[in-house]
Amino acid sequence: MLFALAAGLCLLAPQTEPVTVYENAVIYPVSGPKIERGVLVIRGNKIESVGAAGAVTIPADAKRVDLNGKVLIPGLVDTHSHVGGGDGADESSPIQPDAKVWEGIDVQNPDFIRAAAGGLTTINIMPGSGHLMSGQTLYAKNRKARTVEDLFILGENGWIYGGLKMANGTNPIGTPPFPGTRSKSAALIRQKFQEAKDYQKKWKDWEAKKEGESPDRDPGLDAMVEALEGKRIVQHHTHRADDILAVLRLKQEFGLKVVLQHVSEGILVADEIAKTNTPCSIIVLDAPGGKLEAVNYSSETGRVLERQGVNVAIHTDDGITESRLFLRSAAYAVRGGMTESGALRALTLSGAEMLGLEKRVGSLEPGKDADFVVLSGSPFATRTRVLQTFVEGALRFDFNDPKMRVYAVGGPGAGHAVEPYLCCKGGN
Amino acid sequence: MITLFAALAILSSTPAAENLAIRAEILHTQEGAPIKNGVVLIEDGKIKAVGTAEQVTIPTGTRVLRAAVATPGLIDARSTLGLTGIYNQQGHDQDQQDNGGAVQPELRAMDAYNPREALISYVRSYGITTVNTGHAAGSLMSGQTFVVKLHGRTPDADSVKSPSFVLATLGPGSLGRGPGTRAKQLSELRDVFRGAQRAAKAGTAKGQKADALQLVITKKIPLLVTAYTAQDIASALRLKKEFGFDMVLDGGAEATTMAAELRAAKVPVFIHPLMQRPNGEAQNLSYETPAKLNELGIAFAFTSGYEGYVPKVRVVLMEAAVAVANGLADADALNGLTLGAAKLLGIEKRTGSLAVGKDADLALFDGDPFEYTSHCTATVIDGKVVWEGKR
Repeated sequence: MLFALAAGLCLLAPQTEPVTVYENAVIYPVSGPKIERGVLVIRGNKIESVGAAGAVTIPADAKRVDLNGKVLIPGLVDTHSHVGGGDGADESSPIQPDAKVWEGIDVQNPDFIRAAAGGLTTINIMPGSGHLMSGQTLYAKNRKARTVEDLFILGENGWIYGGLKMANGTNPIGTPPFPGTRSKSAALIRQKFQEAKDYQKKWKDWEAKKEGESPDRDPGLDAMVEALEGKRIVQHHTHRADDILAVLRLKQEFGLKVVLQHVSEGILVADEIAKTNTPCSIIVLDAPGGKLEAVNYSSETGRVLERQGVNVAIHTDDGITESRLFLRSAAYAVRGGMTESGALRALTLSGAEMLGLEKRVGSLEPGKDADFVVLSGSPFATRTRVLQTFVEGALRFDFNDPKMRVYAVGGPGAGHAVEPYLCCKGGN
Repeated sequence: MITLFAALAILSSTPAAENLAIRAEILHTQEGAPIKNGVVLIEDGKIKAVGTAEQVTIPTGTRVLRAAVATPGLIDARSTLGLTGIYNQQGHDQDQQDNGGAVQPELRAMDAYNPREALISYVRSYGITTVNTGHAAGSLMSGQTFVVKLHGRTPDADSVKSPSFVLATLGPGSLGRGPGTRAKQLSELRDVFRGAQRAAKAGTAKGQKADALQLVITKKIPLLVTAYTAQDIASALRLKKEFGFDMVLDGGAEATTMAAELRAAKVPVFIHPLMQRPNGEAQNLSYETPAKLNELGIAFAFTSGYEGYVPKVRVVLMEAAVAVANGLADADALNGLTLGAAKLLGIEKRTGSLAVGKDADLALFDGDPFEYTSHCTATVIDGKVVWEGKR
């Protein structure tokens, strides 16, 4: 009954918003089975309906686009990226929850159009892993942007969607004030969360009575309180099996919502990950090694975790792998034994869930943001191209536009976001 | 007499390769069109017969490996494999770059190659059988490369050609380690090669450094010059013109903009890993470079290059797959991984194609080798099965 009512309301949406119908497409909604001859109806920046030809009402005022059998998938969600050159914490201390990655992001960086060329529409932009806590991450919509605010996804009361980046293992280890051992890493972070709990209580007590002066605001601790409340998800870099277990311990102790990031040795503790119902955002690499913690990297992590019933997403960690090749990462996970449907979910809905954005993005369902990608063929085939990427109904990338194509394949000019004073661009 | 030699071979330290047959639904010999239902017969590590299942009878009792697709063993034309290890620990498994001097053409790859490095067996499981490996492109002249089969025995036993190239690097890759500007790089290289020419004429060339340089100026082996930008490629070609040595270009991110010059100078390209990140001097790299080089008639081979972090090695087959996804025909991509690469390395008489008498180096797949979701199911080097499984 509620559903019917909601559908009815949809039909009453303001008629001024343009309606576009994408027809004759092979649609992978991800939230449901593949549709061989599918139709996607977009009204403004939202999905109005999706379904098989004949089963979907096509509004009379709709602009119709025949996709000639091409493939439609949801816009891809990257749960771990460093596009745009953003940074968070500096060298002054190992725990800096106050640092916001978005205050260092350059939206003119060609990373963003390259990401669109890979089909990415939602990107968790993270500060680095050289700190126990390197700051607040940004869940960015890959809109065409002039300012960083153009990338924001806003929640209630203007809350800017983002997570809290944490790391353990070798990366945050250094000389004081950085921890020198894994034990010290755990002790420092436990102490800080205890401080955040005390701060949270101080504020709760004051809010209850509102007597006397309010406690001082601490923006870093505010972000950590959001983590304690489950509103801000902890995005935790971790590779080695023992480090993964250390994160699970922290999660349990403070009741945090945690996503394990990278999880290189996840297959060694897959039981523990599954039992604690902890989602994993994994990286898919062409080879192991390069750092001690990645020596046991396995191409079968996706397969093993999926089989254990763990929610698995895949990420680029762009710079480490390339946003333009994000579909390839999932194809490679399939090579390692993951199911195709699991791998596609790992690029979309699973990622959305790990960012707490599953009501807005990650699948082609009525009411969700109109983020979708047109492919020339099957999602995991080598020769398939991303032809178009739409963010909230707007065309963000078009392979057939030469000005954008250069960012997809590279070549003279691809290193710049704006057309530069390049001599002889396109010359022989 | 022949029997005696065969007996001696069996008695030598290397175990004799078993006799083996490969049956593939599609057999890419690189000596003509692919053969449907092809068979390769292997005896004593060499190819004894190649043809269709009707043409080639497999003797009873021969071990048979079956595959959807079989190709010649894949060749990686430029790597640091075996010099750079999985742990990435300086002083332990990173021997690709010595900073004791900007010009060290005497540093041999064989002396630093660890045949038991874990990444060797890793890339072998993707069908790679032969690698041209050596020092990294980190200083003006960082050393040499050698061509090695990936048996993982000893560098001496596995070597196919040593040395294969003397290395030089132009542009940002070697700036700061020695010369600080591009002009200074060129000036120092001119000094090095002029000195070598004079010493050759006077008959006074002595020592390891001189020996290595003589190999280049007497055209015994080519100079492999790493250069990415059009500017640095032009500088490399200028040097070639001045000294007349043979040259292969390595990297070559902007090689297509220098196509006419490269073709005129007959300089082939060892193309950088396609999945290298488009930063710095590689900012204008293009996934379409191999397709364009092919169209422009410039010989090229694929490489895995050098990786400083994660992942620590690239798989040359996967780099070629990106070229296939961006306009390069499958046959041309396979050529750049097999016979084409073998010719550019000067080892085509031994490997690179499936022909009678050649080394029995093969890669077996359960589908299209360039599909991301296919697997390499077996790798054969000199008739020996060095990998079986599903990678």
